[in-house]
Amino acid sequence: MAELIRVSNLSKTFESKAGIVEALNDVSFEIDKGEIFGIIGLSGAGKSTLVRCLNLLEKPNSGEVIIDGENMMDLDEKKLRLKRRKIGMIFQSFNLLMQDTILANVCFPMEIAGINRNETKKKALEYLKVVGLEEKAKAYPSQLSGGQKQRVAIARVLASNPEILLCDEATSALDPETTKSILNLIKDINQKYNITVVVITHEMAVIQEICNRCIVLENGKLAEENTVEELFRHPKTSAARRLIFNSTNQVRSMSSGRVIRIAFQEANTTEPVIANLILEFKKPVNILESNISSINGKSRGQMMVQLPDDDKLADKMIAYLKKNESIDVAEVSDYE
Amino acid sequence: MSKAEIMMIISGIGETLLMVFVSTLCGYVFGLPLGIALYMNDQDGIKPNKTVYRILDIIVNIGRSIPFIILLILIIPFTRMLVGKSYGTVATIVPLTVSAIPFIGRMVESSLKEVDKGVIEAAQSMGASNLQIITKVLLKEARPSLINGATIALGTIVGYSAMAGTVGGGGLGDIAIRYGYYRYQTNIMLVTVAIIVILVQLFQFAGNKLSKIMDKRKNQ
Ligand SMILES: Nc1ncnc2c1ncn2[C@@H]1O[C@H](COP(=O)(O)OP(=O)(O)OP(=O)(O)O)[C@@H](O)[C@H]1O
Ligand SMILES: [Mg+2]
Repeated sequence: MAELIRVSNLSKTFESKAGIVEALNDVSFEIDKGEIFGIIGLSGAGKSTLVRCLNLLEKPNSGEVIIDGENMMDLDEKKLRLKRRKIGMIFQSFNLLMQDTILANVCFPMEIAGINRNETKKKALEYLKVVGLEEKAKAYPSQLSGGQKQRVAIARVLASNPEILLCDEATSALDPETTKSILNLIKDINQKYNITVVVITHEMAVIQEICNRCIVLENGKLAEENTVEELFRHPKTSAARRLIFNSTNQVRSMSSGRVIRIAFQEANTTEPVIANLILEFKKPVNILESNISSINGKSRGQMMVQLPDDDKLADKMIAYLKKNESIDVAEVSDYE
Repeated sequence: MSKAEIMMIISGIGETLLMVFVSTLCGYVFGLPLGIALYMNDQDGIKPNKTVYRILDIIVNIGRSIPFIILLILIIPFTRMLVGKSYGTVATIVPLTVSAIPFIGRMVESSLKEVDKGVIEAAQSMGASNLQIITKVLLKEARPSLINGATIALGTIVGYSAMAGTVGGGGLGDIAIRYGYYRYQTNIMLVTVAIIVILVQLFQFAGNKLSKIMDKRKNQ
């Protein structure tokens, strides 16, 4: 696939009274045309800074952002404004014009692009239809729910006919049901209009739901770049593991036994893997963390399991588990 | 009160309204751009410029700290140059406007500061120019707050206009001073003061109502 966005050696530091913050440190990656690309990281990792550097809302200190063959830093103010019209953005807080009707909000990008009023209105209604809100055209944002507001924001993005859609925590303020419907809408838009999507989130589930590939940011550095499938099954870095386990309750490991990670793929979580293991070896194991999530109707999940102190027994257990084709088993050396 | 006195009070009301509305309007002609400039050049503004902001800031602070009555006398040569004389209703509009400008500028600045940064960022991400952001985002989103500000400005200028009466400024203040202070006709003074109070109340009431109607953030 053709490359659409190339970020190379991007760095950004903020100087404030509290000191110097290295929000981004030598980050490089590429995004292909038409893909849904994820940027995941914990709060403060630098995700928003990174995405704001893509459309130059934030000026990087060094490095390059090349979009569709054009170096963003080389553009003068006017060219940058034109370029930004091709890069839509939606936000966690929706950022609609509160004093304007829904219709006027969707008209806004066309209005600033100088498109005539009649055409603007017609198109805006079309886009509202795409997001399923044409009957709300005359309402004001304050009369809509969070999910509806995000739909309006998406219609507004479509109105500028963009090639790229940047989503900065677009679903973080929404409940799980609404999140799912918004993610589905983003997926549809990606397919229907061939818009390349960049999804920024701290939630692994969001990435799993819609992304093909993703990068993991940690403290402003790129920790890992991977396909979502691989990231989930074999996370290479502790940063990635922490994100995957972000929402589970951690149990401190008490003994010195080795820790393994078992990843379940799709719909086999009903098989009592751990119970069978214990029955087979007649020795208890310690479940440190477990996170079984259901995404798109498929169960996926993972567990951190601490094996008995006996090294030989642990080896046997790992060998036993590895025979099971429906799970991925890997030893974790840096479990904290 | 005689018929002549009543007629005088009525024409006083007319003069006061004329002075207040014209100088508020003129005040906004200059004060609105001033407020926008303050907002734009501020450190957290859209086009931060420390030097420009500091200069504007100092001018506004000086303008705001000169007592109106002193400003009125101070700029008599300027007033004379503009309207040909230094007393009467029309002449009073000049110092009223001059004193209203920094005041209005500050109020506009603070109204614009209330606009959600995220909305501005969204507009920037869509490729809006600074001018478009001012006209299509800032002024629109800040509308209810700007109307509240204008209400306060009107009330303040009513007060100033009454003060201008002491030096022959015309309007209700002029009548109150001339009859109440120099001729000890307390009844006329009380009536004019009451009318001034009612005017301020009316402006405040109408302004609040308008601001509420215009605000689409709440119930429709
Ligand atoms: N304008 C700024 N001035 C100073 N520091 C900033 C500024 N913007 C961001 N930072 C700092 O840069 C770091 C990265 O911030 P950023 O907002 O990119 O994180 P994030 O990954 O988006 O976090 P979150 O998930 O909470 O949104 C943080 O330490 C933050 O405090
Ligand atoms: Mg963020």
